[in-house]
Amino acid sequence: MIRRNIQLNEQGRLRHFLTVEGLKRQVLMDILDTAESLSGVTDQTVKKVPLLRGKTIVNLFFESSTRTRTTFELAAKRLSADVLNLNISTSATKKGETLLDTLHNLEAMHCDMFVVRHADSGAAHFIANHVAPHISVINAGDGSHAHPTQAMLDMYTIRQMKGDFHPLVVAIVGDIMHSRVARSQIHALTTLGVTEVRVIGPKTLIPKDVEALGVHVYHSLDEGLRDVDVVIMLRLQIERMQGELLPSEHEYYQLYGLTQERLDQAKPDAIVMHPGPINRGVEIESSVADGNRSVILQQVTHGIAVRMAVMSICMGSHAREIKEGGAA
Amino acid sequence: MRILIKNGRVIDPANKLDRVTNVYIANGRIEAVADSLEGFDAEREIDASGQLVLPGLVDLSVRLREPGFEHKGTIASETRAAAAAGITSLVTPPDTDPVIDTPAVAKLIRRNSQAAGYCHVYSLGAATQKLGGEHLSEMGALKAAGCVGISNAYTPIKNPLVEKRVMEYAATFDMTLFLFSEDPSLRHNGCVHEGAISTRLGLPGIPEAAETVAVARNLALVADTGVHAHFSQISTAKALQMIARAQYDGLPVSSDVAVHQLFLTDMDIGEFDSQCHVRPPLRSQRDMQGLREGVRKGTVNAICSCHQPHEADAKLRPFIETAPGISALETLLPLTLRLASESRMELLDAIARVTLEPARIIGIEAGSLSPGVSADVIVADPEQEWTVGPETLLSRGHNTPFRDWDMKGRVNHTLLAGKPVFSRK
Repeated sequence: MIRRNIQLNEQGRLRHFLTVEGLKRQVLMDILDTAESLSGVTDQTVKKVPLLRGKTIVNLFFESSTRTRTTFELAAKRLSADVLNLNISTSATKKGETLLDTLHNLEAMHCDMFVVRHADSGAAHFIANHVAPHISVINAGDGSHAHPTQAMLDMYTIRQMKGDFHPLVVAIVGDIMHSRVARSQIHALTTLGVTEVRVIGPKTLIPKDVEALGVHVYHSLDEGLRDVDVVIMLRLQIERMQGELLPSEHEYYQLYGLTQERLDQAKPDAIVMHPGPINRGVEIESSVADGNRSVILQQVTHGIAVRMAVMSICMGSHAREIKEGGAA
Repeated sequence: MRILIKNGRVIDPANKLDRVTNVYIANGRIEAVADSLEGFDAEREIDASGQLVLPGLVDLSVRLREPGFEHKGTIASETRAAAAAGITSLVTPPDTDPVIDTPAVAKLIRRNSQAAGYCHVYSLGAATQKLGGEHLSEMGALKAAGCVGISNAYTPIKNPLVEKRVMEYAATFDMTLFLFSEDPSLRHNGCVHEGAISTRLGLPGIPEAAETVAVARNLALVADTGVHAHFSQISTAKALQMIARAQYDGLPVSSDVAVHQLFLTDMDIGEFDSQCHVRPPLRSQRDMQGLREGVRKGTVNAICSCHQPHEADAKLRPFIETAPGISALETLLPLTLRLASESRMELLDAIARVTLEPARIIGIEAGSLSPGVSADVIVADPEQEWTVGPETLLSRGHNTPFRDWDMKGRVNHTLLAGKPVFSRK
């Protein structure tokens, strides 16, 4: 039995964006190119294009997030779509309405796209498997599984700073275990064909058999950063540092905090990235976060163009599928 | 009624018999297994040419869901499915609601299953009151009420001292203790095997050590107390090696595996297929091979269905929030036949793992076709092909990862104490 990738339509175009894993290089390059062509919109005085006029996009956030939700909202508005923000706390769903009930209620309101964030890995896949066929689903972060738009905006930033992916050595530092961002970045980087992806952290934060994703594991920051082109720091949740996985904030910063000195191990033109929000003095020194090699704020800016690209591609392939389906 | 089952391939592990012959049944008991029996005047004849004639299967782990979870299944619905699957004796764990920690619940289950009349149902009594893991249950009374063993189901007994006393108290009544070996601290919030798949999917993993640590502790306590211990649903090759070693050293231990662990690995979870959410979790390819080897060599004594029917909604959530378990009665026999052919195992040995050996573990006279025993006999066509799906399953639970699998082998007749309880139209 050949099971089709549920992210793709009959023509092999992206209709849901749930994970980077399993997508071809060309699909990823298409997102980056579209984002580039849309990035000009933000610079105009009238910051809008009519690509998604008349479409309704629902930001369905089961887990709170301000930044991600805001950039998705801005992206949708710049594409002229109508946007509905729904923050559904888990306590509300515990009152009895299941995730599926919530979905079917929203479908009944004739929405075209769900942007979903949920605390459970696989929630976006679950939703995509059960929505009506006219709806696209974009994963805005599911548990520790995937955060594909974040990974793509990181790829966009890397391409803008470095050009070609092939010669690059990229290090991802910190809590790989719980990071959906890291997983999506690893899939994106290996698909786009970088030379090497390294993950750096103590064994309590490195998931088992992570080498199977195509990365090299380092436990020493100094060794891991040697001659890298891109350093991606991950956010460390404060609750991880209270003795369960790490003894203290202090020791973590001593061993894995990115300081100016440590950064000298990397190539002289290496860039420093962080998906935010950053913990100054915990995983990264302020002078590095604000320094001339940091591209952290550019990442945020690129987030809007990349999300516009993903939304318009998913909706476009959808419209095409429905139109072609109707003509046949 | 006198029944003659003619010209079938009769497989009876108890008598090391595997040949085409006849089975003669009278007064609910096996009269003889022979090519002819003088003076036997059959009231009914079943032509079993080209078919297997086997002792009814004995399944060591079947959740009937009654009392307490009737929306998932009832004694009547699930024992009927068991009869259609060729299972004539089954063991039901104590995690009903209320739990089987009093004779009243054990008797209720027995009464309802006798009223349904499809299958012999044996209960395991709870090891601790309300399965709380703290206070010993009234095992003496539970034994008197007919419980064939003691178990704390999926609830861990965290305190080793309590566990030791459970073992000593069970040994007092010569009751077999069924152990589910999973260290709760190491399991933590895990829902899949810890490895490349849990890492890829970002699902919390259950390490192999959650099982090996618990098995090591249990084996040490068994050695200390001398209780007859049965390790249920072993999932890792390493834990199985430890148990095999203990058997070799003479400890009174046995083990079973759930049949799905012999066909599926964590790879089958694919993109979060909640039908593959089971407990213990599907393990690695190496574990599956190790368990298969154990079944072949006999270090795994029994194969069980680990039947856990669920309503559809229980699986319609994000993976980690779904209920673990498979509706598995009706795939037990075809998968066992398939295992025999894939692992190049004698059919006689494979059938022993689902008949004679589980019967021995709970000390019942079943799983054999010896003259005088209760005529629990099935006739199954080993070549009949069918596809697993909601329309082909009688169980109320349609939750199965084997959906759309092509199975070979299907039961056509089930006799319980000489009475037909199932015939396929």
